[in-house]
Amino acid sequence: MRTTAHVSRPVSWQRRALHVLLILAVVCFMSVFLLLPLAVVFVEGLRGGIAAFIDTIGQREALASMRLTLLVAAIAVPLNLIFGVAAAWAMTRFQFRGKALLGAFIDLPFSVSPVISGLLYVLLFGAQGWFGPWLEQHGVRIIFAVPSLVLVTIFITLPFVARELIPLMQAQGSEEEEAARVLGATGWQMFFRVTLPNIRWALMYGVLLCNARAMGEFGAVSVVSGHIRGLTTTMPLEIEMLYNGYNEYDHIGAFAVASLLALLALLTLAVKTLLEWRYSDQIAPHTPGGH
Amino acid sequence: MYRRRVLPGFGLSLGYTLAYLGLIVLLPLAALALKASGLGLSQLLQLLSSPRTLAALRLSFGGALIAAVFNVLVGLLVAWVMVRYRFPGRRLLDALIDLPFALPTAVAGIALTAIYAPNGWLGQWLVPLGIQIAYTPLGVLLAMAFVGFPFVVRTVQPVLEAMDRDVEEAAASLGATRLQTFTRVILPMLMPALLTGFALALARAVGEYGSVIFIAGNIPMRSEIAPLLIVEKIEQEYAGAAALGVVMLCFSFVLLIVIAQLQRWSGRWAERST
Amino acid sequence: MRKIPFVLGVLATLAVASAHAKDVSLLNVSYDPTRELYRDINQAFASQWQSQHGDKIIIEMSHGGSGKQSRSVAEGLPADVVTLALAYDIDVLADRHLLSQDWQQRLPDNASPYTSTIVFLVRKGNPKGIRDWPDLIKPGLQVITPNPKTSGGARWNYLAAWGYALKQPGGDEAKARDFVRALYKNVPVLDTGARGSTNTFAQRGIGDVLLAWENEALLVQKQLGKDKFEIVTPSISILAEPPVAVVDSNADKHGTRAVAEAYLKFLYSPEGQALGAKNFYRPRAADVAAKYPGLFPPLKTFTVNELFGDWRKAQAKFFNDGGEFDRIHLER
Repeated sequence: MRTTAHVSRPVSWQRRALHVLLILAVVCFMSVFLLLPLAVVFVEGLRGGIAAFIDTIGQREALASMRLTLLVAAIAVPLNLIFGVAAAWAMTRFQFRGKALLGAFIDLPFSVSPVISGLLYVLLFGAQGWFGPWLEQHGVRIIFAVPSLVLVTIFITLPFVARELIPLMQAQGSEEEEAARVLGATGWQMFFRVTLPNIRWALMYGVLLCNARAMGEFGAVSVVSGHIRGLTTTMPLEIEMLYNGYNEYDHIGAFAVASLLALLALLTLAVKTLLEWRYSDQIAPHTPGGH
Repeated sequence: MYRRRVLPGFGLSLGYTLAYLGLIVLLPLAALALKASGLGLSQLLQLLSSPRTLAALRLSFGGALIAAVFNVLVGLLVAWVMVRYRFPGRRLLDALIDLPFALPTAVAGIALTAIYAPNGWLGQWLVPLGIQIAYTPLGVLLAMAFVGFPFVVRTVQPVLEAMDRDVEEAAASLGATRLQTFTRVILPMLMPALLTGFALALARAVGEYGSVIFIAGNIPMRSEIAPLLIVEKIEQEYAGAAALGVVMLCFSFVLLIVIAQLQRWSGRWAERST
Repeated sequence: MRKIPFVLGVLATLAVASAHAKDVSLLNVSYDPTRELYRDINQAFASQWQSQHGDKIIIEMSHGGSGKQSRSVAEGLPADVVTLALAYDIDVLADRHLLSQDWQQRLPDNASPYTSTIVFLVRKGNPKGIRDWPDLIKPGLQVITPNPKTSGGARWNYLAAWGYALKQPGGDEAKARDFVRALYKNVPVLDTGARGSTNTFAQRGIGDVLLAWENEALLVQKQLGKDKFEIVTPSISILAEPPVAVVDSNADKHGTRAVAEAYLKFLYSPEGQALGAKNFYRPRAADVAAKYPGLFPPLKTFTVNELFGDWRKAQAKFFNDGGEFDRIHLER
């Protein structure tokens, strides 16, 4: 076990024992707290065997829910990515009045209960809402259809990218970018050659979180989905439906779809870990005050 | 007062940010506020002073506070171990920290219930010992702690990684004990990050619905969370639901602002002390 | 028997291949525990319709809590037909002019093609010796039932208990209130939907007795094994009448009125009634019910209209904010 190598004091046996104890405590805690729920999902999903697992996730409704979840995430995440970068740029590179307020507004969706965020869009686009009657007259369907699913997902995941970028860009300061400008780079050149490389890891982490949350949200989506099976049910809604179903294989199916979603999430986490490990030498210089 | 703007894109980025926020966040919230105001003042007071509403708000905010404090303590420990020690399987555990973000809330709720129900994986051992978690307020706390867990670890980790060890060594060479080094040097430097993590975990837990309802038991006055009360109200009339939503929102917003302020102070203090 | 729809389907496809067929899609917005029933119904109806008219029909389903589903339709969920847990949830839609106020007279039997009743599901061997309603309020007994504020099915449970107490010799409002309050004191978990309660009781092993619709209790027994659960039929219970209706404005807009009406009429046909019975709903047709001797034991029932006037009144008195149910948990 290699511990704090450049601490000058000799490592006493009490310290070593403490280290081992702390590590054991953390490993035990995380196994029970995090690993166990994950294990439950996979064990229950595979209870009927691999064949039943593949069978259930190959159902029309299950496949449709996967397509829908991916579609919603594919629209919501890039939009929030652009927003996050723009907001972080404005917040960290310029001084303006009301900046603190703007920061608070960016965080606002975090303090709105998902249930309420669903209700928000019903109030706007529902048949009795602000724009509902007009939309209905013009044959535009937002609520109980894909657009409202995308909207609530954007709302729920809006702060993630900005939240990751703002502290980092603040810490980095703007010297490098100013230097690029002075050396004659255009705005976009500066952005792509200086800013983006500097923030890419935080950006990636923000996008991963944003994406994971976008694919997993239940409460808000449930309010605006209409639950039309095969058309407006995302994976989390499909899971709930299967879980509450008593058709053959429904119970297994719920956990099978859930384990697929968990697998997807684990995969993105694995990619992130791998990238960090592979490029750790390149990341290090960019962390503020790096070694 | 304004710095000379060498950097481009002020108008574009700010304009885009404001327009996006306006459309996605402020417009819908305006609709919510207007709906809530449809409820007269007396009705609003009646709603807010009803014992059931108070109990639900107490559980949601109190539970979220406890869960967030738990996450600060445990999250700090986990972050510390992850950053400072090397042991086999560390990377795997490190990746696992984000799991509660990635696991859909409903799935988390179902899985936690499957573990802690009296006939569950752990429940069958715990319940005979008199520790009942599922279907009690303890279950609510557990689900809240679960969904908010990654926030503290993930905000503390980078700061801990970037922290200059020289400071610790200097403190040690000046004769500070380990404990003194930790409380006087390390903790103040971590404070802003801890507070950010605390605030995020808190805000997330307050509004959480999907994972909690499966494990809560949902008995009014005992294990009923405020978001569930909102769901009940949505079926009756929107005004009540909207009012409850606005109250929760204001409350958590104030909490977040207070925490942000604390953060600024502690940040300044940390700067001065180093 | 099971092959008939398939054969019909094949024949229909062949017959129609030359004629120009158009795809019709129909949205049925229903409550939670009907998914197994409508899975069967939709298959049978689609093949019948195709063989008769040559049009391929796709029936989309939406399931959820009855009240929530009703809300969604009011907010624009484009349901052609609604098949909900109780009449009030459709009355609300009539108030919004989505269908006419006389919707309940447009189809036979109060527009409920099937009925059910509230029974008790207990664990094998009935260890707590539960025979009838009074046993449910014994101290220490755990009763599982969903929250009537969010579950339509649970409102029938609640009214069944209230009705039982009211119907006893010397029964009055005060006694009914006390009985229902004592019963809900014994509830350790209030799930948001009927299926949630079924899972809590059957999968999680919580509680001594589940208050359930008869069809739900029989389904659990079938799916999870007769060796695990027993059904106790009380001396008297409520006649649960889940209603169905065409949502006029939506059906007219989509041009689906004919098929929507045919769909609901199909529920009353011998085939539809048989599928209902197969899914453990009590069919209205006596000859169909006769084919399932012993499945639906006779019991005394009362209706909502008989005891409470109608669903609007029952809703206002018991389940609206500040109603009887809300008061249970305040006075303890």
